[in-house]
Amino acid sequence: MSAQYPDDLYYTKDHEWARLEDRGGQKLATIGVTRFAVEQLGDVTQVDLPKEGETVKQAEVFGSVESVKAVSDLFAPLSGKVIKVNSPLSDSPEYVNEDPYDEGWMIQLALGDAKELDGLLDAAAYQAFLREQGE
Amino acid sequence: MQRTPLYDAHLRLGAKMVDFGGWAMPVSYPGGILDEHRATREAVGVFDVCHMGEIHFRGSRAAEAVQRLVTNDLGRLNDGRALYTVACLPSGGILDDLIVYRLAADHYLTVVNASTLEKDRAWFFEHARSLCEVVDASAETGLIAFQGPGAKHALQPLTKSPLGELPRFAFVDRGEIAGVQASIARTGYTGEDGFEIFCAAQDAPALWDRLLEAAAGIGGKAVGLGARDTLRLEARLPLYGNDLDETTTPLEAGLGWVVKLDGADFIGREALLAQKQAGLRRRLCGFVMTGRGIARHGYPIYSGSESAEAIGATTSGGPAPTAGKNVGLGYLPVALDRPGTPLSVDCRGKRVDAEVVQGPFYKRDREPKERGRA
Repeated sequence: MSAQYPDDLYYTKDHEWARLEDRGGQKLATIGVTRFAVEQLGDVTQVDLPKEGETVKQAEVFGSVESVKAVSDLFAPLSGKVIKVNSPLSDSPEYVNEDPYDEGWMIQLALGDAKELDGLLDAAAYQAFLREQGE
Repeated sequence: MQRTPLYDAHLRLGAKMVDFGGWAMPVSYPGGILDEHRATREAVGVFDVCHMGEIHFRGSRAAEAVQRLVTNDLGRLNDGRALYTVACLPSGGILDDLIVYRLAADHYLTVVNASTLEKDRAWFFEHARSLCEVVDASAETGLIAFQGPGAKHALQPLTKSPLGELPRFAFVDRGEIAGVQASIARTGYTGEDGFEIFCAAQDAPALWDRLLEAAAGIGGKAVGLGARDTLRLEARLPLYGNDLDETTTPLEAGLGWVVKLDGADFIGREALLAQKQAGLRRRLCGFVMTGRGIARHGYPIYSGSESAEAIGATTSGGPAPTAGKNVGLGYLPVALDRPGTPLSVDCRGKRVDAEVVQGPFYKRDREPKERGRA
């Protein structure tokens, strides 16, 4: 099982995470939802994601997650063009519950503006935020 | 927020608690809703339903008093038998759905929804207190549901009452389970065989622990409101406040079988008789999603994929985990209630195809020897 809130990720107050990587000079961001989000959602039964080639904008809705009880919007932590979608999630949405930081990733972006990273939280700040919220 | 006698037990189990109509109730335990759903379909689930209301009617005119309030025919009840019914307003709209238990010729018990207890009590007092004693015993009464194919097998060692001989909707008044005085009814809200067990509120925690132990022995567990909802929806049992309310009648809701228009008089009878003669305009229909999407309460329903005008709204919707489908209920014009009728549901701005289906989304296999016995 992966860590509750891995140190190498960026986080948002909407409970998404982003993992940055540099591939041949291009900055890529892989995006998913946090362990906290998963615990709140309960069993995920459907994940709706954008298609490859679409663009998403920071803080805007890029998809939704349906759990047994409710539907929740997904907010993009960063802006960029979608270059990969975790298509196995359409048949196996439970990956989001089981492994939100690895198998449960959702989309990968070609990062538009690296300055947007300044608005994100690191693992310590995100956990402090959760504690503030009484979680 | 109000707490049931089992509140501390839920916290100890690590339940996720929610506000359910003013009650702090477990929505799920750490295993999650799907796991609890499966446990109830395959073994047994244990449910805290202490929040439900228990209103007693006592006196020589108790039967007459209750009969005025409900649409089903109480004349068919003997001691130790219960029936499902609705209570209607003069308009024919549904005040609540409930179970009536006959404890004796002069003693009836009604079990009503928690969310409607206050208005039910006021209504029952207003219409019955001149005929008999009406007592709300909800606060003193504990109620635990023990539901699943393994319920009888797991519960029998805890009681001397022969559970196998108890037909559906029959009950043992003042029996004993694990040393606790309890009444055991073969009723439930999951689409499975099972029991609802009444006890004194102060005995509920001890009984809960013993029932959980018995459940654990066959792979069962505590089940929260989340799975209670998926279980009842999958079995196509209506939920008051979603599928039934004061603007819907039992005839529209597919509950005509609990409305006995040729029997004794009751509140709402005239309106229901008139509606039956005039013919229904809409009916509560079940549908399955044929496209990829989950209908939720309130989502608009359309005829076919293209039409622009909504013909109804989803009253209940969500996954039916055992059936492996996404399903829903909603009131549709009677012309569209045929199985196979194509529909679409507006799932947050996206039209998703659906299809009318008849009957429950899931039906349990009955043990052959028990078939048709109740």
